[in-house]
Amino acid sequence: MKVRVRFSKLGIMKFIGHLDVMHFFQQLLRRSDIPIAYSSGLSPHQIMSFALPLGIGLESIGEYMDIELTERVSSEEAIRRMNLNSVNGIEILSFKELPEKAQNAMASVSAADYEICPGKTGFTADALKEGLSGLFSEKEIVVLKRTKKNEQEIDIKPFIYEHSVKEDGTVFLRLSCGSVNNIKPELVMGALCKYMGAAASDTGFAIKRLDLYREDILKPGEVSGRFISLDSTGEPIK
Amino acid sequence: MRKQALDDEILLNIDKPVRYIGNEVNSIVKDGAGIAVRFAMCFPDLYEIGMSHLGMQILYSMFNEWEDVWCERVFSPWLDLAKLMRERNIPLFALESQDPVKEFDFLGFTLQYEMCYTNVLQVLELSGLNFYSKDRENDDPIIICGGPCTYNPEPYADFFDIVYIGEGEVSYRALFDLYKECRNGDSFDKRDFLRRASHIEGLYVPSLYETEYVSEDGVLSSFTPLYPDVPGKVSRVLLSNLTGACYPEKPIVPFMKITQDRVVLEIMRGCIRGCRFCQAGMIYRPLRERDLEELKRLAVQMLKNTGQDEISLSSLSSSDYSRLPELVDFLIEYARDNKLNISLPSLRVDAFSLDVMKKVQDVKKSSVTFAPEAGTQRLRDIINKGLTQEDILDGCSKAFLGGWNRIKLYFMLGLPGETTEDIKGIARLSERIASLYYELIPKEERRGRVQIVTSTSFFVPKPFTPFQWARQGSKEEFLEKAHIVNDEMKAQLNHKSIRYTWHDASVSVLEGALARGDRRLSKVIVRAYENGACFDAWTETFKEESWLKAFSETGISMEYYTARERKPDELLPWDFIDTGVSREFLRKEWENALMGKVTPNCREQCSGCGARRFNGGVCYEG
Repeated sequence: MKVRVRFSKLGIMKFIGHLDVMHFFQQLLRRSDIPIAYSSGLSPHQIMSFALPLGIGLESIGEYMDIELTERVSSEEAIRRMNLNSVNGIEILSFKELPEKAQNAMASVSAADYEICPGKTGFTADALKEGLSGLFSEKEIVVLKRTKKNEQEIDIKPFIYEHSVKEDGTVFLRLSCGSVNNIKPELVMGALCKYMGAAASDTGFAIKRLDLYREDILKPGEVSGRFISLDSTGEPIK
Repeated sequence: MRKQALDDEILLNIDKPVRYIGNEVNSIVKDGAGIAVRFAMCFPDLYEIGMSHLGMQILYSMFNEWEDVWCERVFSPWLDLAKLMRERNIPLFALESQDPVKEFDFLGFTLQYEMCYTNVLQVLELSGLNFYSKDRENDDPIIICGGPCTYNPEPYADFFDIVYIGEGEVSYRALFDLYKECRNGDSFDKRDFLRRASHIEGLYVPSLYETEYVSEDGVLSSFTPLYPDVPGKVSRVLLSNLTGACYPEKPIVPFMKITQDRVVLEIMRGCIRGCRFCQAGMIYRPLRERDLEELKRLAVQMLKNTGQDEISLSSLSSSDYSRLPELVDFLIEYARDNKLNISLPSLRVDAFSLDVMKKVQDVKKSSVTFAPEAGTQRLRDIINKGLTQEDILDGCSKAFLGGWNRIKLYFMLGLPGETTEDIKGIARLSERIASLYYELIPKEERRGRVQIVTSTSFFVPKPFTPFQWARQGSKEEFLEKAHIVNDEMKAQLNHKSIRYTWHDASVSVLEGALARGDRRLSKVIVRAYENGACFDAWTETFKEESWLKAFSETGISMEYYTARERKPDELLPWDFIDTGVSREFLRKEWENALMGKVTPNCREQCSGCGARRFNGGVCYEG
């Protein structure tokens, strides 16, 4: 059976890179006696995939991993055992059986929510509000996007689905993500800093991912434009 | 919120921040209440190297089982972080509490190789501690060390308050109890504490001894305790029986993939072989095995408690473990049921081990390793390496017929008694093995060319071996020898199937100087560090000039320590240590070496090395 696991990555754990997170979960599943399925072949590995790697330095309360089990284990029991064997900062939040035909998290993820605190940058709530509304009144928001191979200028405005600033200065962003048009929050904040005339390299923001979403598909080829949390697919195991 | 010694901005701007944050599974955080001894245990190299070391995990686990002790870990910060720490005045910290090292009661180092000595100074500097014990304050942490390098502590003796000689399981409890007693009340007198510590077995307090030399650049003439109650000889301590000894059933599991990313099962200590160049084979005598049933239980426990997917056996020569077949059968079955891997280093190549290797690894991807150490039988007899050409060729035949076509060979250059014939013999033996493959395996069954990977290191004479009196070759001599091997390789028929590599000669010579040095070297180490030497064990950071300059600036000759055969009656800087193996035995072995006379291993016949007095192990078998 296929299972989706939601977990958080907080505090000092934000400095653990994606490969180390995978390494951690492979060991955590074994420590917790979760009946994980293995691939066949000469060197069997656990059947496991992660929705979207989180950059080093970012916190999250909405990380997802899909795994396959060989036997049934109740959600409550699995969460209990995994949290018992986990470390401070990584907590299992949900453990749900996926419908057989469900697309895996990695393939379906298409949007992510972020909460960004001004942290050490010293920006006030008013300055950020003014900056953001100014930035979005521009026709386009062009940034330099670096990939492993090259760098190119792109307009990210269409991929910023929502933005707002709370009273305390916390910025909220809903961004396009996944295999196409993957927009990192640092990119948006960099553009904002640049617009406001601050150093674009300013990395003092404290960024937290809140959740990941897939698009609500009405029928093949037709999307509703709404986003559904990856956590809403699947049912707790009794 | 947990304390963080380094702020986010620093952690985001250094390589592999995961080295410095702690919080790993099975790492231990205690609350301050009831803790009388805070111990910072340091492996003076990078996290991924230190975390691969079993000894540290054993002591970490044992110390933390004691309610009044909290042991934490410290590693050398890599150069990027060290620079930032200096610029911003951030003191070095322990991983668990993230508290500054300077606040601890003890700072303990494990010294596994000579080339880490400048890293010790880096740790002291970044902790805000003076290098020399005489310059440190009464309330600074007690600086102590253990590990194989303590079998000649003299080059760094001036930096340490205490040197622990022997197995850590034995005397630490007594030391901590003494410390608590001395700390009781307002006035702690470090000098009084150290004086009393010198009475505990295995503990050497360098400041309580005086050295004299025949002349400023001459040999040691006397090594004497300053007070009558301080022992003239320091005896190595060890567990005479490993059964029931403390073992880390819950080893720490690093987040990052480290050098040894697996559960390590120590099956025995010591070695019966008596190779004359090998320090470990002498200083860990006698061979003591762990109980089979205990090992099975420990293996399962550790795999469950860590979730790691690989287990490795650890010992100096696993084939000599008397219950190896039963242990391996058990592990293979357990690994199959639980989708785990097994790695079996230091196995002698024979029918049994090849059969086992076939079961646990992919023949196509793996290689079979031999360590003949010398190119001819004559020289192998000199070094007492009980491995004949017949053994090697027989092992290779079996490996080739079993499907392997990659053979790794390890040799040493610069051994005592070595001739040009022995040097060329390295190439000829490599050739003999390559041609054996083509003789044995018909063309249609070959999977490409046979691959012989031959590598040589340069011999470094070590204290407490029969070769402790020997002259070490110079860098130029070493390189010339390597070139002879290389030229001879090229002259071989199958040279295209053989790859030859050799180690850095300058590191080997320096290692030799530090291994057999005396107290006069401490200022060279300090000078080398000031000249920029650090992480000397890493090829990319080793700077020979820093060291050469340090020797010339201090007016000390490196050749005095390396290129000089010691006289039989010379007082050696490490003679005050009693390892259990007698000087007479080592001397007799040196003479046997010169005559090419082989000494039987401990199971064949006792040679009276002296280790029998420890009342355990192979000396009392059968």
